[in-house]
Amino acid sequence: MSWLSNFVRPRIQALVRKRETPENLWLTCDECSQMIFHRDLVANQHVCPHCDHHMRIGPHERFSALFDANSFQRIELPSVVVDPLKFKDEKRYVDRLKENRQQTGEDEAVSVAHGTIDEMPTVIACQNFAFMGGSMGLATGEAMLSAAQLAILQEASLISISATGGARMQEGILSLMQMPRTTIAVTQVREAGLPYISVLTDPTTGGVTASFAMLGDVTIAEPRALIGFAGPRVIENTIRQTLPSGFQRSEYLLDHGMVDMVVPRKELRETLIRLLGMLRRPHSTSSISTIDSTQEGSSS
Amino acid sequence: MDSFLDFEKDISDLNGKIKELRHLVSSGDTNVAEELVRLEASAAQLLRQTYDKLTPWQKAQVARHPERPHFSDYARVLLSEFTPLAGDRTYAEDAAILGGLGRFEGRTVVAIGHEKGEGTEGRVDHNFGMAHPEGYRKAVRLFELADRFGIPVLTFIDTPGAYPGVEAEERGQAEAIARAIETCLGIDVPVISIIIGEGGSGGAIALGVADRILMLGYAIYSVISPEGCASILWRSSERSRDAAEMLRMTSQDMLELGIIDEAVEEPIGGAHRFPEETIELVGRSIGRHLLELEGEGRSSDRRVKRRQKFIDMGTSL
Ligand SMILES: [Zn+2]
Repeated sequence: MSWLSNFVRPRIQALVRKRETPENLWLTCDECSQMIFHRDLVANQHVCPHCDHHMRIGPHERFSALFDANSFQRIELPSVVVDPLKFKDEKRYVDRLKENRQQTGEDEAVSVAHGTIDEMPTVIACQNFAFMGGSMGLATGEAMLSAAQLAILQEASLISISATGGARMQEGILSLMQMPRTTIAVTQVREAGLPYISVLTDPTTGGVTASFAMLGDVTIAEPRALIGFAGPRVIENTIRQTLPSGFQRSEYLLDHGMVDMVVPRKELRETLIRLLGMLRRPHSTSSISTIDSTQEGSSS
Repeated sequence: MDSFLDFEKDISDLNGKIKELRHLVSSGDTNVAEELVRLEASAAQLLRQTYDKLTPWQKAQVARHPERPHFSDYARVLLSEFTPLAGDRTYAEDAAILGGLGRFEGRTVVAIGHEKGEGTEGRVDHNFGMAHPEGYRKAVRLFELADRFGIPVLTFIDTPGAYPGVEAEERGQAEAIARAIETCLGIDVPVISIIIGEGGSGGAIALGVADRILMLGYAIYSVISPEGCASILWRSSERSRDAAEMLRMTSQDMLELGIIDEAVEEPIGGAHRFPEETIELVGRSIGRHLLELEGEGRSSDRRVKRRQKFIDMGTSL
């Protein structure tokens, strides 16, 4: 538990880093090509006001949108061995890591924060697709194990928000071993009797889907997110057929019984509050007071 | 041994000559007997030289050799009373993963393995060892059966990966693999896994969460095939050799990275040349590890230790 000694120290650098997008800027939606005023997009949680396209967002936006105002703190994650295979393709893995750190201002592809959601203690582990495609390596395993330990320590719920292409090839077999490692993490939370909710966002594929992301007590998908084990191009190359329309999208998974619900981003926080409330407070305060008043009435 | 790998061409040529000479000797020509002995010696030496310095890419070819012994061969030789159990009780029987009850050195075990199949027809029947969700769900059913009766589990890993298809996705390929991993982390009986050929990605780890993880000398274990890795990272499948090097997928790599507990060395020339010997070596290794695990007695410490084994992986490199 050595990592716990410094878990509450927030990453100052990440929190105060300069936002690069100027306030008065027009952006184009990738889906409908319509222009959107940047400030409107932020106010709408990066969902296109014209076509409802849910754009990819990172931990910063997620934490702010889901936790109670000013309630959350990021935790510093344990460091892992860097580039265990000395991997080099067209670029060295260490250089890729460096570039991604500079571009995203984040250390790794997962960030963990703890805080409250409707005053209920909650730990969120959030993947960042902008960081090497949200790929899962040793750091993701450590992050999930740390998030689970912290949730158990604080009797908090665990929420994972996945956004990933799958395993980090540059860590070879060690990235495959993160499937059992992250599964251990969510199993520990379950065995502690605490809720684990998995939120699947665009995209969630590969080893992440085939481990912690599909093991939630409740599994929520964002609208039209790509979710699957094999990527659509791999499948197309294997079966040499055009894929059915809507294949591997959230709504398709809902139809096939693979997720509990598809929830628009603007309703995600209230949905989590409702679910966590029912799981964590099975006896609501109002029904308890009803019982109390009945007992008082009969004794008088 | 009829099919030769491309780097075995010289060995193949020599064996051709040896065959001819043997034919001459058996038809009464004694003049060539000396030449035959000489050629046999140099064939053995060439085999040793070739297999002593196989590259990772060549090992991948050996690991995928169609004449390598498959799960069915191990089950036939190592188990008595082997009784396959079929179906996932939800949708179908998946022949890409076989499993059942049998006796290993006297005691009952549950044995589960990917089956690549033999011959063209057999390979199609077993879908080349690429399972659909039903295969993993059958495995979950058998893990739970073993746990209820306190029976050890042996898994034999040999798959290019989980099948990438429309129906597999529709029926929850990802969820099925995740449940198999979760189940294996939760059971209290000894689990031994051995990678006997190709340990391909999520389809492999679904059967690979164990107390002891063994691997044949020329087997490979990887998060992605070298071809797949090359086409993504190098954008060219011609760089598969480089990808095979970088990915570190051999049994020696697995020992160095602390992923496996033992590399079971194959006879020089590989399991496809010496299937009986290889199966016997695997049996001996499994027997030794199983005795050790059984010596620890039955307790829920087992799964705690199994989880810790995976939590520790990669943390002290
Ligand atoms: Zn739009």
